[in-house]
Amino acid sequence: MDVINFAHGEFLMVAMYVSYWLGFLMHVDPIVSWIASGAFCFLLGAITYRLIIRQCLGGPPLSALLATFGLAMILKNVCLNRFSPNFRLLTGTLLDGKKIILGKVIFPLPQLVTGLFALAVVFIIYYIIKRTRLGWAIQATAMDKEAAELMGIKTDWIFAFVFGLGGACVGIAGGLMPSYLAVHPEVGGIFSLIAFIAVAMGGFGSIPGALLAALFIGLVEAFGGFYVAPVFKYVVVFGLYITVVMFKPKGLFGW
Amino acid sequence: MNITKFKKQDIYWYLFIILLVVIPLVPFVANNSFLQHVLILILLFASMSQSWNIIGGYAGQVSFGHSVFFGIGAYGAGMAVVKYGIAPWPGILIGAITASIVAVLISYPCFKLKGHYFAIATFAIVEIFNRLFMVWYWVGGALGLDYPLVEEGWKNFIWYYTKIPYYYGALILFIVIFGVVRWIEKNRFGYYLVAVREDQEAAESIGVNSTVVKLLAMAVSAFLAGLCGAFFVQYNFRVDPPMVMSLSMSMTFVLITILGGAGTILGPLMGALILIPLQEYSRALWGGLGGGIDLIIFGIIIVVVVVRQPRGIMGIISEVKKYFQNTKKTDFSLGKTKRGE
Repeated sequence: MDVINFAHGEFLMVAMYVSYWLGFLMHVDPIVSWIASGAFCFLLGAITYRLIIRQCLGGPPLSALLATFGLAMILKNVCLNRFSPNFRLLTGTLLDGKKIILGKVIFPLPQLVTGLFALAVVFIIYYIIKRTRLGWAIQATAMDKEAAELMGIKTDWIFAFVFGLGGACVGIAGGLMPSYLAVHPEVGGIFSLIAFIAVAMGGFGSIPGALLAALFIGLVEAFGGFYVAPVFKYVVVFGLYITVVMFKPKGLFGW
Repeated sequence: MNITKFKKQDIYWYLFIILLVVIPLVPFVANNSFLQHVLILILLFASMSQSWNIIGGYAGQVSFGHSVFFGIGAYGAGMAVVKYGIAPWPGILIGAITASIVAVLISYPCFKLKGHYFAIATFAIVEIFNRLFMVWYWVGGALGLDYPLVEEGWKNFIWYYTKIPYYYGALILFIVIFGVVRWIEKNRFGYYLVAVREDQEAAESIGVNSTVVKLLAMAVSAFLAGLCGAFFVQYNFRVDPPMVMSLSMSMTFVLITILGGAGTILGPLMGALILIPLQEYSRALWGGLGGGIDLIIFGIIIVVVVVRQPRGIMGIISEVKKYFQNTKKTDFSLGKTKRGE
């Protein structure tokens, strides 16, 4: 639908705070509280669409990006003001410090579980988009909004749902993360940048493209950090993006 | 006496002459150093945003990479003073020219991209430069460059006890940049830029070489941004990568212009007039409330302005004007026309 939600990283941060406070105050394990943070971010995304994105749709290009950047500033600084800039980490969770050792390879369990959840979420989203009536409606709306409206699709609700879905994905990820990654108001920045790069590299609107580009970026980041130098790992990743779009201006799988 | 003729043109001229006399005298009336600081920052940020306005407002290429050029200009002046121990002037010139060369080199591939792909590519460039300058020890690495104590005066462009010369420096910078943009706006080149913004294919079909036009606009814009960067570092006495080459600095360029009204000559000044006093005074007044209040307010303003009036404050002004006089005028502000991808 051609809108970049710049507050995506801040949604992640909010989800991590939700999960963190649930774990800290009510001793809910992140393995459970991802449900709450996912639902919370679903609502947040839908509300963002209703209040902000909807008004930007007819306006000049990138106005949605700038408006959501304003939203990102609000969310970040409210969290900074309320929760202080301290790094906070949940300790003593169910998966904390456990690992699986397969030969020479060590998998830390929290990261592994997050990765499996992420894969599951990608496949569920892919299934919804490709195989259900709702998904067909989403695709139709993305292709041609007016025509979809003429076919009786409530595009407004579709947009709100899609935004909520995007929020829910990031909410689930954020809900699982506080057990191994410290929460602070600036945590979203680099994640959202990497996410944009992955999506743009794969081509906007392509789920397999985003998945492949994200895997590729992860590998490049890890190997670049190992073989070149840790400080250069993001330089390598961003340089890779620029190289790719120089030859494929619409991304790897874009059309 | 012809009254109708007197009305328009002459009132603007008298206003202009009054401003010309009043503005240089302001620091003597406002002899509070905090107020002077705010005035200097308003002029500096208005100039910075105006330099972005050339490429982002008139040419419609929303680049988030201007902090790179700003930073290169800043490092030019910083290197001249800190590493070579000379006056900053040659460094300023070299920095600004380097900024404009770098701008052309990195913009050439990027201008092939459209819309969000372009915006994300410029984000990536800012991050690359930020990381590279962090580990480039010749220019100070992550520690940055700290100015030594040098003699005060215009030769070194450094003063320790007074801010008034800085005010004049910022005023000169402001006048130069606004003059350049005014000249571009009324020149053939400005119309080329607007034509490329409104419809690149149509502009090309009537013989506008869009790549050359955009690259030229980028070069001018980066040169002016480099000059602003040099002023910034002379005013702060130090430079390090997160200070000048960060995404938040880039967003400052963009947001001030958008807030004031992109593609209008007075837009950046309006944006800076609102944002900088808000930022400085709220920081001074509510600093004890836990921090971030100024950015929360600014975020709310940005959301409301972008959602309600995409043409910014200049859009509000022109709407009020239209309400009173009901005449139609062409204006070049962004968002007047709907554009597809």
